Amino acid sequence: MIGFLQNIGQTSLAFLAAIGRLSLFTGAAVRWTFMPPYYWRQLLRQIIDIGYYSLPVVGLTTLFSGMVLALQSYTGFARFSAEDTVATVVVLSVTRELGPVLAGLMVAGRIGASMAAEIGTMRVTDQIDALDTLSTRPMQYLVAPRIVAGTICLPFLVLVGDLIGVFGGYLVGVFRLGFNPAIYLSRTLEYLEMSDVTLGLIKAAVFGFLIALMGCYHGYHSGRGAEGVGRATTNAVVSSSILILISNYLVTALFFG
Amino acid sequence: MAQKTEPMAKIQMAGVTKSFGDKHVLRGVDLSVAPEESLAIIGTSGCGKSVTLKCLLGLLQADGGSITVDGHELIGASRADIEAMRQRFGMTFQFGALFDSLPIWENVTFRLRQREHISRNQARDHAAETITQLGLAAHVIDQYPAELSGGMQKRVALARAIADKPEVLLFDEPTSGLDPITGGVIDRLIIDSVRRLGATAVTISHDMSSVRRIADKVAMVHNGVIIWCGPASKMDHSGIPEVDQFVHGHADGPLTIAAKAEAKAG
Repeated sequence: MIGFLQNIGQTSLAFLAAIGRLSLFTGAAVRWTFMPPYYWRQLLRQIIDIGYYSLPVVGLTTLFSGMVLALQSYTGFARFSAEDTVATVVVLSVTRELGPVLAGLMVAGRIGASMAAEIGTMRVTDQIDALDTLSTRPMQYLVAPRIVAGTICLPFLVLVGDLIGVFGGYLVGVFRLGFNPAIYLSRTLEYLEMSDVTLGLIKAAVFGFLIALMGCYHGYHSGRGAEGVGRATTNAVVSSSILILISNYLVTALFFG
Repeated sequence: MAQKTEPMAKIQMAGVTKSFGDKHVLRGVDLSVAPEESLAIIGTSGCGKSVTLKCLLGLLQADGGSITVDGHELIGASRADIEAMRQRFGMTFQFGALFDSLPIWENVTFRLRQREHISRNQARDHAAETITQLGLAAHVIDQYPAELSGGMQKRVALARAIADKPEVLLFDEPTSGLDPITGGVIDRLIIDSVRRLGATAVTISHDMSSVRRIADKVAMVHNGVIIWCGPASKMDHSGIPEVDQFVHGHADGPLTIAAKAEAKAG
């Protein structure tokens, strides 16, 4: 019984310590983001890596999600003769929910893992200590550009993903389900409000911040050796995916109504 | 950062302690390095050599004692003061720690570019000049670290350490993983660089032939304290069993017994 309680106590303390470390890391990352010197080349490199190279995976994901959403919603709505709402359902689902969440999860898998692996490898090969000895703060050089790039690139990716996802729905609606193209388009735009798009973009910015933060945090605190880097990579993807889903609800609830 | 101690010593460590949880790695390290002197720190794996070097650089915060560079206290100094002090140091790491994503010229002139904002062409010229002094061809500056052999990476790491002419050079296992001939070449380059810069040098090494070549003074760390410190020429006659065993590489002796005891305790 005492052993059981001891385990619970140790786990709780370890959890609180991890929360404390993460909070300190987040505070430092945000603080150094706004303090000079700014590493513009690093920022540009991250923007290209996150924003440009993630376009294919985000585009493909949202395209097929929009397509399947059109098919599924048609199947459901046809049961109570509401087929003409398919276009509206597709556009609202994609812009408010599917676009940001799917793009976030895809980028978490691609970028979160690569950030953790890159920074983790730098940690185990002493490159982070070398930065310190070369009068360069690793938080400013490695972490800040990634967090800024993640936060500004995800909304851009989601905007493109929204367009592609809606286009996927349009393709299925017009060519598979036989909707009139002009009517489908007018239904798409009729009930879409600016706030639907901005909500998705706000979520995307939050997700981008969290993905970069988790990638950097786990890489920065990577254990020794290949096993340590591997674990850091896994932890970065899992934790950022979970945080995306939690923050998705919180942001939606905040703007609900 | 204002206390003055022993004006003759470039680096002075007194009673430096460092623990990680229950593990007391440094139990009171005392060291003194004179200007332009070359000190080698030797000792078995895990004895605290690297921790000593990291405390000296401020990469690890010592728990107690005093570390001064030119009389300026580092323990308890502000981050800005420690960063200012680091600008006077150059360091090579055991495995090079070159930045994989940057070409050699950017690795070599990394600090120079951050600090003095020199142009790309100036940086390339400076990198080429520095690496040719170390026996590498100038065209290497456009290659990436992964394209170089271990010996070439060590030379580039040395070039990065000396590129902006630091006052103090720190070498962590400079010849580890190299064949004896390449190791000898690296030692000669270290000696030449330290002399040319008029720098003070601190080297961590297991390689006794390297230590004999590059060090004026040798200190041996054991169980977190310095058990012997003296001129390199007197290393063979220290009269301390642990030092004799380590220097001559004997399998049997007090260090082996200690290692066995640790293994049993573990």
